[in-house]
Amino acid sequence: MKEKSVLELKNIHKTFPGVRALQAVDFTLREGEIHALMGENGAGKSTLIKVITGVYDKEEGEIFLKGHEGAVHIHAPQDAQNLGISTVYQEITLCPNLSVAENMYIGRTKGHIQNWRKMNAGAERILRTLDIPAKATQQLGTCSLAVQQMVAIARAVDMDCKVLILDEPTSSLDDQEVQKLFGLMRDLRAKGVGIIFVTHFLDQVYEVCDKITVLRDGKLVGEYEIKDLPRVQLVSKMLGKELDDLSDIKGDAVPYEAGADAEPVLEAEQLQSDAGIKPFDFHINKGEVNGFTGLLGSGRSECVRAIFGADRIINGTVKMKGEQVKISKPLDAMKKGVAYLPEDRKLDGIIGDLSVRENIILAAQVLKGFCKPFTKAQTYQFADEYIKLLDIKTASADTPIKSLSGGNQQKVILGRWLLTHPEYLILDEPTRGIDVGTKVDIQKLVMKLASEGMSITFISSETDEMLRTCSRLVVMRDRKVVGELTGDQLTQSGIMETIAGGDM
Amino acid sequence: MSKNEGKRLDTQAMPAKRFNKQLLIPLAALAALALFNLIVDPSFFKISIGENSAGDPVLSGYLITILDYGSELAILAIGMTLVTAASGGQDISVGAGIAIAGSVILRVVCGSEGSTEMQAPLIVAFLIACVVSMLFGAFNGTLVAYFKIQPMVATLILFTAGRSIAAWINNNELPTVADPSFAYFGGFFPGVPIPSPFFIAVACMIIIALVLKFTNLGLYTQAVGINGSSSRLNGINPEFIKFLSFVILGLCVAVAGFIKVSRLSTINYSVIAKDIEMDAILAVALGGNALSGGKFNMTASILGAYVIQFLTTTLYKMDVQSSALSAYKAIVVIALVVLSTPVVRSYISKFIKMIKPKKQEEVV
Repeated sequence: MKEKSVLELKNIHKTFPGVRALQAVDFTLREGEIHALMGENGAGKSTLIKVITGVYDKEEGEIFLKGHEGAVHIHAPQDAQNLGISTVYQEITLCPNLSVAENMYIGRTKGHIQNWRKMNAGAERILRTLDIPAKATQQLGTCSLAVQQMVAIARAVDMDCKVLILDEPTSSLDDQEVQKLFGLMRDLRAKGVGIIFVTHFLDQVYEVCDKITVLRDGKLVGEYEIKDLPRVQLVSKMLGKELDDLSDIKGDAVPYEAGADAEPVLEAEQLQSDAGIKPFDFHINKGEVNGFTGLLGSGRSECVRAIFGADRIINGTVKMKGEQVKISKPLDAMKKGVAYLPEDRKLDGIIGDLSVRENIILAAQVLKGFCKPFTKAQTYQFADEYIKLLDIKTASADTPIKSLSGGNQQKVILGRWLLTHPEYLILDEPTRGIDVGTKVDIQKLVMKLASEGMSITFISSETDEMLRTCSRLVVMRDRKVVGELTGDQLTQSGIMETIAGGDM
Repeated sequence: MSKNEGKRLDTQAMPAKRFNKQLLIPLAALAALALFNLIVDPSFFKISIGENSAGDPVLSGYLITILDYGSELAILAIGMTLVTAASGGQDISVGAGIAIAGSVILRVVCGSEGSTEMQAPLIVAFLIACVVSMLFGAFNGTLVAYFKIQPMVATLILFTAGRSIAAWINNNELPTVADPSFAYFGGFFPGVPIPSPFFIAVACMIIIALVLKFTNLGLYTQAVGINGSSSRLNGINPEFIKFLSFVILGLCVAVAGFIKVSRLSTINYSVIAKDIEMDAILAVALGGNALSGGKFNMTASILGAYVIQFLTTTLYKMDVQSSALSAYKAIVVIALVVLSTPVVRSYISKFIKMIKPKKQEEVV
């Protein structure tokens, strides 16, 4: 074991049915270091982390930890916790029906008697030092997603850890919250904690990390000092090939030319749902890509959910191609050729236990009708077609979707909606938690579909992604539409100014 | 070209693979019970031709008894599987529901004077019982799907009140039907040596197989059970699917109730189909279906029902007193259920892997 390293993995192997998830992976984490673990979806990042935290048993290899003679044995998450390895996962793994304090102390009380007052006071103190806007006694489920994520981090930090693993902690945080988290990470680094940071945001890697380890297809590509590895090289190492220039995406596609007198595909007037957004107007033309932007919680998702009929509509009218339609439930929208890829993949997107095949055909099947099931051969044909088209990495069409990596799950859901051949496709955060390569794939696909005449609404937390794809942006603030940007106004600063608004 | 071929082969291999996985538990239990009986007393498997009370030649023997008396349970298991899959809970009011359905049939057949002659055609009585049972199913379904009450709590209402309602329908009298044709459906049709309930159960199985094949009931039910919110965004109405599953179970209850009263030609409100709800739930569990809902295998549930009847019959044959029956049953059931848990199964597959590394795929 080398000087100063807190965690060392040697020759780790792990196999899943049909997939060799990790092959001979080495990894070293030193004291007081923020170490980025990078790779595409399915590269083995999550698997490696789960091996370290004892969720999975490794098949081969050794783990060394500072202060322990010889290899340590981690067979259960509890083992990892006792050894001082704490983890915050990408998907929030706390219990929403318990209080914030209970979530922070769950599973680590010593005796059987719980001193509630002491626990709440302790939790309150940590929340205050970390500046987290939540009360210790508040039920966790009532906090926003971002606050829940921060509570998870607070829980890990408080556990007095030597190794802190952050698996995509920032995917649901906005810029301010990310900065707060980075401040926290730097404090911990100064105290000598080794931090493993998994993220898909390259900016964040270069802002906060010291070292980068890159994985590809379950194999180690290498470990690099951050200053020795420029962005372009990092991306090409992750993909294993040179990346074509991202900024060219828009230029590649030929914009769809609509006739001058063409009516909007969808036109909403004073639309309002019971999810708490102010009435808004919206329209989209054939072959147009537009988007909703705004801070997290500004009502972007609620707007598209209202259009799709996912929330209860309380006001307003919707016209499709000039004809007034009534959309009171998702099926109404689907029948009119609207498709919606929801923001929360795990909760609203996938049907976990069903196979990739069943997940792909679901929406098309519902549209076809209850009494007209596709034949088995047809479903396999559809599934194979979209697995190939979207390059979904799965052992077979009959693999349960929940065993796929996040990006591949997202592709399955995308395939599900493409199979319905929609006229208007709504993509709510389709690239969240997805690697660079897939992000580019999805953006390219969006442009291609639009050039073929599909209308698309694209929502993303990453503004540059929206700037690359959208020709018109609807800006939201405090659950209200506050502006619309087109043409030359489509710049980072233009968006920022509109979000900030005139009252600043 | 060759790639395509390979894929097609894959798709054909799939059903066989699934067959192995879920049906293994009930089939193994069935084999174990059969083996036990074979060792203890091979005459268990003897089928002879006897005479029933009407003087017709009929088949008799323990195996026939199992096929006969397992019918109601198998029919109930069909509905219970759907309810479990869609709602992630169970209906505990099916026993009480059978009492109601049976009572309705007797009331219609015997009329208000309690006459022993048939006052109305049997088919009318049966259809009315179906409607009534489906209405009670709809009541349960409404509570579960639209008021979001936990299924066990929601059905607790009818579980408690059902037998009283059944007694009230006939003014607390116990009408008896003298017409022999009434007993055909729970006994034997003249000239047919195989018990009629078996045919009724087979008919139900064929109907559900056709429904699952020619509609999306299976896909919708599983999708709703696994992720309701996601199902809704895909255009499915999760509430209606849950509601529907309870109505279908109501229909199954009516059929089972019809067989039950036909067996006796009368009814005993407090005893008829007692504890059958627990057996029906067990059948679903023995079939390897998660009681928390989601994916299901109908064939496995039905097999599970016959396993339970096999067990009951075996215990009767061994002269276990009927009052002690439940205790013996519980022991066997615990063993079966523990054996079928993922924890034990993974141990078993590991063990088999150790002995026969080559055959691993077939077992897992």
